[in-house]
Amino acid sequence: LSRIGDELYLEPTERGLSLRAVNSSRSAFASFLFAPLFFQLYEPGSAGPDTEVFRCKVHMKSFLGIFRSLPSLEKSVGKCLILLKPRASRLVLQLHCKYGVTKTHNLAFQECEQLQAVFDTQRCASRLCAPARVLAEAVVHFPPTLAEVTLGTGPGGKISLRNYVEDEAEPSKTMVTELWLAEDEFQSVAVAPGSNITFCLKEFRGLLSFAEASNLPLTIHFDEPGRPVIFTLDDTVLEVHLVLATLSDLESTSQSPSTNGVSHLPAQSDDFADDLESYMVAMETSEVGSEGPPSPTFPLRTPRSAESKLEEEEEEEEEGAVPGTPPHKKFRSLFFGSVMTPGRPGQATTQEVLAEDSDGE
Amino acid sequence: MRFRAKIVDLACLNHFSRIINTIAKLAKTCILRLTVCKLYFILSDKIANGGASMWCELSQGNFFDEFQMEGVAAEHNEIYLELVPENLSRALKTAQSAKAVKIKLTNKHCPCLRVAVELPSLSSSSRIVTHDIPVGVIPRRMWNDFREPSVPDFDVSIYLPVLKTMKSVVERMKNLSNFIVIEANLSGEMNLKIETDLVSVTTHFKDLGNPPWASEDGCQSSAQGRDLESMAEACIDIRKLQQLLTGQQVNPTKALCNIVRKRMVHFILLHEEVSLQYFIPAIA
Repeated sequence: LSRIGDELYLEPTERGLSLRAVNSSRSAFASFLFAPLFFQLYEPGSAGPDTEVFRCKVHMKSFLGIFRSLPSLEKSVGKCLILLKPRASRLVLQLHCKYGVTKTHNLAFQECEQLQAVFDTQRCASRLCAPARVLAEAVVHFPPTLAEVTLGTGPGGKISLRNYVEDEAEPSKTMVTELWLAEDEFQSVAVAPGSNITFCLKEFRGLLSFAEASNLPLTIHFDEPGRPVIFTLDDTVLEVHLVLATLSDLESTSQSPSTNGVSHLPAQSDDFADDLESYMVAMETSEVGSEGPPSPTFPLRTPRSAESKLEEEEEEEEEGAVPGTPPHKKFRSLFFGSVMTPGRPGQATTQEVLAEDSDGE
Repeated sequence: MRFRAKIVDLACLNHFSRIINTIAKLAKTCILRLTVCKLYFILSDKIANGGASMWCELSQGNFFDEFQMEGVAAEHNEIYLELVPENLSRALKTAQSAKAVKIKLTNKHCPCLRVAVELPSLSSSSRIVTHDIPVGVIPRRMWNDFREPSVPDFDVSIYLPVLKTMKSVVERMKNLSNFIVIEANLSGEMNLKIETDLVSVTTHFKDLGNPPWASEDGCQSSAQGRDLESMAEACIDIRKLQQLLTGQQVNPTKALCNIVRKRMVHFILLHEEVSLQYFIPAIA
């Protein structure tokens, strides 16, 4: 989660404790849901009809700092207690260690709105499932600094991974690496032929190391370019989702003439993604019909409370671009503005504006 | 113009990778010259930065199981390609456990060296990773620019100290100064010196030995006539020297340098299957 964002969102629910993160350009979102059975004791607290589920976020670094050295923790810590104290605005993490030593960490938290990217794996045309090791071995051939990678389907049912070369880069100067995996390396393959998507490698690598360490197979759900790709890990007590925006550009298919006929959205104007702040509109999740497949967005809060201010959202926008996922010009935000018809940015008139742009025009 | 080659033996592959890694540390871009029997990595001082030049020669038979080459024309059965050796280095980096590596010159959208690595996998078919490395084809009229440099008329030729030692000395000196003076004499003594406003440091090596060079008319080197003790020195960019020393991953069979007083230092590193010459010009 720290590979994605600087803040850790915690949401205790009846179904379990959900930990989430999002990156600054809103093009990557991850959630880890630990079922109650994962814990020795799990009390989410009462959430009556009047009280909303309590949600908060803490600084990722502060949280991680408590678990800094895993090997020594494993040797010395017997129990870990996580306690949310709303009135004191503190998240308490108590490590019960050997020899009667108890370390108590009090982290300041901020209440926040729900962080949820809307996505539906059922609506994805293609699905791949592979042991994490196979994917890790595939990704190792790409340089650690590579930003984006294209996953595609090829002849003979083979699956390919190729480094994505930006249009600005000269094709005659850039090395292109391509890896082909046979269908039988996967546990299951159900893909639309000729499909391919381009996404950022950094966050994916993060999930991949987790999957490898936990020895869980990874499922990749994807659809057309532009629609997010969803990576899932499933276990009896853990559900993991990583949602990444994908490139919705023509160029992502022009590299491999063999994969023709992929339907995709026409190229977005470069202004669009750069101008994210003007498009701070919380959208309904409903499709807009003939205007092309929308990226999923997430409602920052229920439409009913249109009046209340979006404090959390404003803070987020003021942060500088985190050098994590490079906010690639053509990557769409998962959360905003997808309902705009490509090529005509700025025409939000058909959408209900639920949150005014805090910065003003 | 055609080129295809294949390496199947892992030891050969690793050896070849190490050579490419060394080249990659010395040159950002260089020329790969292919002939029927040999491969050459050439850095001509015209295109290099800092004026250093390099000539690295290896026999293809020591590395490749298959090697087929057709040059531009029958009388000129050679191919000259310009490439970024770092790309080749990266392509070979993850081929440590490969079943086979094939290299082929292709021209799909632009001339490329296609490196295809066949990796073992648990499935019925192998995994194939291809790396398309863009190359520039050098036209024949420019081949003269890349001729083998002749051994300069040096003042002193001396064997180098153990490279690992020399490397750690130079690395420490690099923190203090941008230039280093190499001086040596025909009595097997070499000094590495740096001098700044605040400090000067000299490391002395002795009993290094001087290689015998037969002079042109066949008789032994005319060392008798020269003053064995007098030092020939040249001041060079310390980073170039450091790059050369860092790039050496295996101890060479022979390592020596020829010093042309105040003009240049010519390094020769010989391994069993590959020879590397590196020329560093002296700073005025």
